[in-house]
Amino acid sequence: MSTESALSIRDLRVTFKTLLGNVQAVRGVSLDVQPGEVLGVVGESGSGKSVSFLAVMGLLGRNAVIEGSAKVGDTELVGANQRTLRKVRGNNVAMIFQDPLSALNPVHRVGAQVAEMILAHHHGMSKDDAAKRAVELLDIVGIPQPEQRARQYAHEFSGGMRQRVMIAMAIANDPKVLIADEPTTALDVTVQAQILEVIDRIRKEMGTAVVLITHDLGVVARMADRVQVMYAGRVVERADVHSLFHQSDHPYTRGLLASQPTLGRERLSPIPGAPPNMLQPPSGCAFRVRCAHAGPECAGAVPELIQVRRTETACVRAQELEALV
Amino acid sequence: MTAPVVEVANLTKEFTVKSSHGLRVTRRTVHAVSDVSLTVPSGKTVGLVGESGSGKTTVGRCILRLIEPTAGSVKFQGTELVGLPAKDLRKLRRSMQIVFQDPYASLDPKMTIGASIAEPLQIQKVEGNHQDRVAELLELVGLAPDHARRFPHEFSGGQRQRVGVARALALNPSFIVLDEPVSALDVSIQAGVVNLLQDLQEQLGLSYLFIAHDLSVVRHISDSVAVMYLGKVVEVGPAEELYSASAHPYTRALLSAVPQADPVVERERQRIMLQGEVPSPINPPSGCRFRTRCPMAQEICSVEEPALIDRGQGHPVACHFAEAVAVTLGSNVSA
Repeated sequence: MSTESALSIRDLRVTFKTLLGNVQAVRGVSLDVQPGEVLGVVGESGSGKSVSFLAVMGLLGRNAVIEGSAKVGDTELVGANQRTLRKVRGNNVAMIFQDPLSALNPVHRVGAQVAEMILAHHHGMSKDDAAKRAVELLDIVGIPQPEQRARQYAHEFSGGMRQRVMIAMAIANDPKVLIADEPTTALDVTVQAQILEVIDRIRKEMGTAVVLITHDLGVVARMADRVQVMYAGRVVERADVHSLFHQSDHPYTRGLLASQPTLGRERLSPIPGAPPNMLQPPSGCAFRVRCAHAGPECAGAVPELIQVRRTETACVRAQELEALV
Repeated sequence: MTAPVVEVANLTKEFTVKSSHGLRVTRRTVHAVSDVSLTVPSGKTVGLVGESGSGKTTVGRCILRLIEPTAGSVKFQGTELVGLPAKDLRKLRRSMQIVFQDPYASLDPKMTIGASIAEPLQIQKVEGNHQDRVAELLELVGLAPDHARRFPHEFSGGQRQRVGVARALALNPSFIVLDEPVSALDVSIQAGVVNLLQDLQEQLGLSYLFIAHDLSVVRHISDSVAVMYLGKVVEVGPAEELYSASAHPYTRALLSAVPQADPVVERERQRIMLQGEVPSPINPPSGCRFRTRCPMAQEICSVEEPALIDRGQGHPVACHFAEAVAVTLGSNVSA
């Protein structure tokens, strides 16, 4: 890598201790995000895409065992104490979520909540200055009449406006990395388009590295520079956005793309079966139980990412399958 | 031309909401659905799309009279449902069913799947062996007959939605309201349920009202599509025509906002960005309800409400400037 990564994750593993046993939610995820780029993280429910980043942020409960490494600059986040995490969170790395209403405090004015975020990392700043800066931030994320809106409460905001407030809080301290976890899933498409534009503008103007976690392939196609596809707690394929959509070599990625609704009424191609139970993930490639191309070799070692054509693919049969495309 | 299964005319639904400020209680009216007319032809699928608050779910529920319409007419196979006595309505309910969005919330966690599917048979006092019928229904939706003894928590989201479909089919309906039936499912699972719905339609000659906010799924499954905005139908037409040659600025904006799973298309397409958000249905804008966000709005739009009529586009459009849409907003962008 020529430039220094804004966020660098190595072999991240997250296991939840439950009454039923250990749920292996994330099983060795590595990634780098460069300043100013959007990394799309795609996967279905339970693929570990959100959990990976909640683990990095230290936001999981005590029953989560986190191993591996996640670095922002020189700061290691895995195993870091609360003091270090508090310094990093909201300062170097910020996160926004699917449901902005549950992330906002209903009894505090919106402007005060944004100002609190600034003061948490700028101890010397006066409250007045923080309040002024909060209004500026609300303006940056496209909230009309920011002075008045700053004095209102979360319930007076619509879904899209609340998500803008969350983004204002997230960028308050000019973070190096913005992790957006399904930021538009709860929003209508016309509002989604507005929010995606705000995120894109922030990336361009502030050079923020953005991790965009989503299940929506359309959103990824629109926003991401690079994409990684997750399945059963592992990255199964990664590439630049064009290669991933047009020259994918992993049967799961191809299955995902093929199951998109098509023009006309011809039959869709679902992926048979359902994602595995992560209490006992299948041996070898976790996708093999749903894969049309699985052979005996797939039950062996867990496949690592290797360069096939234009993508890095975790499939032992990718080379053979390439001939079938 | 097949006979319509459902004919909705001038359907209106208003809810009264109370808000209290100390001792003062004010009543306000939510105009959820205003003057909506649509027809579901026999054996066909009509898609109903719109954003949250557009009234699409309310239309579906008014048709089944799960909600009482405030005004208007709903005819099911020629019989007027509005004002029909409960006893007669219950008989007709056999023929019209609904599948809900959330397969987790719509099944009783303490009932076996078999009992849930057999419940409508008991309520309607259907003769015959219910167990056999349940087994038959489970096979019909791609599950195994021995699944009947299991409980909802033992199933995945996609399987649960199949159970929801089996329950809707129990009484041999001719018409089903599908209210966001695949919105809660992952895309790889969603495709299987969409295929199932299409197979069942062909096999059983069902008619569907398919309510969804996902425009690409609606396009795939529907014969015709009605687009709703703030309680009104703004455009209705054959699915392909609507997606390739829509003539209402809202339909255009909606289609252009749907991201497509193709980075080349996504990076080249022109988007119509709508400003702001959907106004409150308590106090909808005068004239055309879309005018406050419309890139083409003129003075007339606030004065005169555009009727939903064919303005030379081949299908009904509720816009004064339907002819100019293609020119002003560019050639069509479809989802």
